[in-house]
Amino acid sequence: MEPFVTLTAPAVPLDIANIDTDQLLPARFLKKPRSAGYGNFLFHDERKPGFPLDDPAYAGARILVSDRNFGCGSSREGAVYALVDGGFRCVVAPSFGDIFAANAAKNGLLTVTLPEETVALLRRQLQATPGAAVTVDLPAQSLTGPDGRALSFAIDPFKKECLVEGLDDVALTLRQQDAIDAFDRTDAQRRPWVVPAGK
Amino acid sequence: MTAQPRSLFEKVWDAHVVATRPDGQALLAIDRHFLHEGSFHAFGMIDHAGRKVRRPELTFAVADHYVPSHSRSKPIADPEIANMVTMLEANAGRHGLRHFGLHDPAQGIVHVLAPEQGLTLPGLTIVCGDSHTSTHGAFGALAFGIGATEVSHVLATQTLWQRRPRTMRITVDGVLGPHVTAKDLILAVIAAIGADGAAGHVIEYAGSAIRALSMEGRLTVCNMSIEAGARAGMIAPDDTTFSWIEGRPFAPKGDVFDRAVAHWRTLPSDPDAVFDREVTLDAADIAPAMTWGTSPETAVPVTAAVPDPAAEADPVRAGQMRKMLDYMGLTPGMALEEVTIDRVFIGSCTNARLEDLRAAAAVLRGRRAAVPGLVVPGSVPVRQQAEAEGLHRVFIDAGLEWGEPGCSMCVGINGDLVPAGERCASTTNRNFPGRQGPNARTHLMSPAMAAAAAATGKLTDVRKLDVRKLGVS
Repeated sequence: MEPFVTLTAPAVPLDIANIDTDQLLPARFLKKPRSAGYGNFLFHDERKPGFPLDDPAYAGARILVSDRNFGCGSSREGAVYALVDGGFRCVVAPSFGDIFAANAAKNGLLTVTLPEETVALLRRQLQATPGAAVTVDLPAQSLTGPDGRALSFAIDPFKKECLVEGLDDVALTLRQQDAIDAFDRTDAQRRPWVVPAGK
Repeated sequence: MTAQPRSLFEKVWDAHVVATRPDGQALLAIDRHFLHEGSFHAFGMIDHAGRKVRRPELTFAVADHYVPSHSRSKPIADPEIANMVTMLEANAGRHGLRHFGLHDPAQGIVHVLAPEQGLTLPGLTIVCGDSHTSTHGAFGALAFGIGATEVSHVLATQTLWQRRPRTMRITVDGVLGPHVTAKDLILAVIAAIGADGAAGHVIEYAGSAIRALSMEGRLTVCNMSIEAGARAGMIAPDDTTFSWIEGRPFAPKGDVFDRAVAHWRTLPSDPDAVFDREVTLDAADIAPAMTWGTSPETAVPVTAAVPDPAAEADPVRAGQMRKMLDYMGLTPGMALEEVTIDRVFIGSCTNARLEDLRAAAAVLRGRRAAVPGLVVPGSVPVRQQAEAEGLHRVFIDAGLEWGEPGCSMCVGINGDLVPAGERCASTTNRNFPGRQGPNARTHLMSPAMAAAAAATGKLTDVRKLDVRKLGVS
C-alpha cells in the first residue's frame, strides 16, 4: 500500500449527501478485474453536463470534498479502487459509511471527517476559487483549505499508523499467531457448537 | 464484587477479543465467514501473497449475486456473468470450502441460506463481503459487512482488527397495526434517525414489538440496519430463535444443542446495561411505508404527499431534494397514492422469505397485476415450500413471473434490470440512483404493499384494498 504522509493538491467540491457506493462504482462494473482500470468507472452514470469532476476548472483534483454519509451502502471495495485509480488520495466529508471508510484505509485513501458547517464552508470556498489547493498533513492531523486556515481532524491511531507507514495488516496480525492459536484451543472447549455439525 | 452490567453486543464482543493494542484496536476472532461471487478480489490477494484459508470449516461460499432468475437448465449466456459463478466454484474448490453453487438443493441468497441451514447462530461473529450481513444479527450474532481486503484478512487469519463500536438501543413497544410489517418498522426507524443516524454504532432492537416479530421479521429489521449507517443490528435470542434453529442441517445437535441454548440464554442484555444512545418508537405510530427519494431515509407513510423543497430552509438540502425529485420524476405536493408504477419486484435478502411471499400472495390471490413484475424467492427451500403452498400459482395467475433464487433485480448484476425511466415498487433495501438499473426509479416497501401496487398499478395503501379478497391473514 502506498503510504500517505502529506498531500497538496486541487480539491473538487460535491454538494451531494448520501453518495453511495453504487454511484461511485455502478454494479455492472463489479465483475471487472482491477487491471481494467477502475478510474474509468468512477461516477460512471453521474457524468452528466455540469458534474464537477468533469469541470476543467477542477482538473487534476486529488481531494474530494463532499457532504454527509459519503460512501454509504454496499461494501464493494471497488468504489475505493475507482477513486484511487481515478487519482484521488483523500475524501473530506462530515460523515462516512463505516465499511467504505475501512476499505479506504486499506487502500491508502485517507478519509477526513470534519464538522458539517466546516465542510460546507470548504465546499463554498472551492466553488468560489475553482482549482484551489488543499493541504493535508496526516502526521500533524491537519488540513489547510483555500483560506489558509489550518483545521485539525481526529483519526484512529491504528488507521493513521497503517496509512503513514503503508502497512499490510495481515503481517501485523501474523505477529499475534500464538494468541490466535490459544484462543482457538480454549474456544473449542468453551463453545463446541461453533464448528458446524456439517453436512 | 458485582459484575458490570453488559449489553448483548458487549457480551458477544468481549467473548471474541483475541488481543488488544494499546491504541484500543481489538483483534476479533471470526466464527463464520460467508463468501459470494464478489470475493474474487480477496482470493486474488491471498493467492498473490501465497496464503491459505486458515479455517475452511468456518468458511462457506454461496452463489447468489450473479445467478440467473430464469431457466437454469442451460449454461449462463453472458460469458462475464458465467465466469463470476464458475470463478467462485473454482476458488472454493481449490481452498476446500463448502460451496453452495447454482445447482445445490440449498442454494439461495447468502443471508437467507445461512439462517435456513442453521449456519447462523446466536453469539457468533459473522462477516461477509456484503453490507447486508447485518441480517444475521436477528439471531443475536454480531454480523457485519466488510470489503475485499478485510475478506482476504479473514481468509488468511480468521480474525479482524476492529475498533469497538458505540452502542444504540432502539426500543419499539406496542403492537403493529394491520398490514404493518417488519419492513415498515425498519423504514420508520431509518426515517427517524437518518441514513447515517447509526454510523459507528451497533444497534440493539428491543421492545415488545420486536419480541413479537417472527424470525423472518427480525431478519428483515436487522437486514436494513446498514441503511441507517449501523455497523450491525442485533436482537436478543429467545425461544423464537432457539426453536427456529433446532433441527436445521448445520445446527448443533443433541447435548451440544442443549449446552448451546444454555449459553445463548445468558446473552441478552443485562437489565442495567448502558447504551451510548437510546431511541424509542411507538409501534402504533408506524404506518405502511414507502420511500419517495433516492435514499432509504426518505421513507414516509403511504398516505403522505411528495415533500416540497421550497419548504426546506437550507439551500444545499433543498437542492439535494430537487435532485432526488428530478431523478424520481415526482412533483412536490402530489399524493404518493396518485403515482403510477411500471413494474414490481418482490424478492431480495430483505424480503424473499416464506412469510414475505405469503403476505404478497394474500394480497394478490384472485387479482390480476396491472403491471409486469418478478417474484424471486430467497432460496431453493423457500421456493419449494412456496410451491407446496400454491403461492407460485397466485403470482403466475396474477401475471407475474416466478423466478429462481438469487439477488436478482435488487442489485441487477445477473441481468435482471428495471429499464431506464421505469418506476418500480420494490421490496428491496436500496433506492439509490441506478441501483436497479441506470435511471431506474425505485420505491421501497413491504411485500404486501408491493403486491397492492401490482394489483392497482399505482402506489397503494394495502389497508384500502377489499379485505375479503385478502385470503389468509
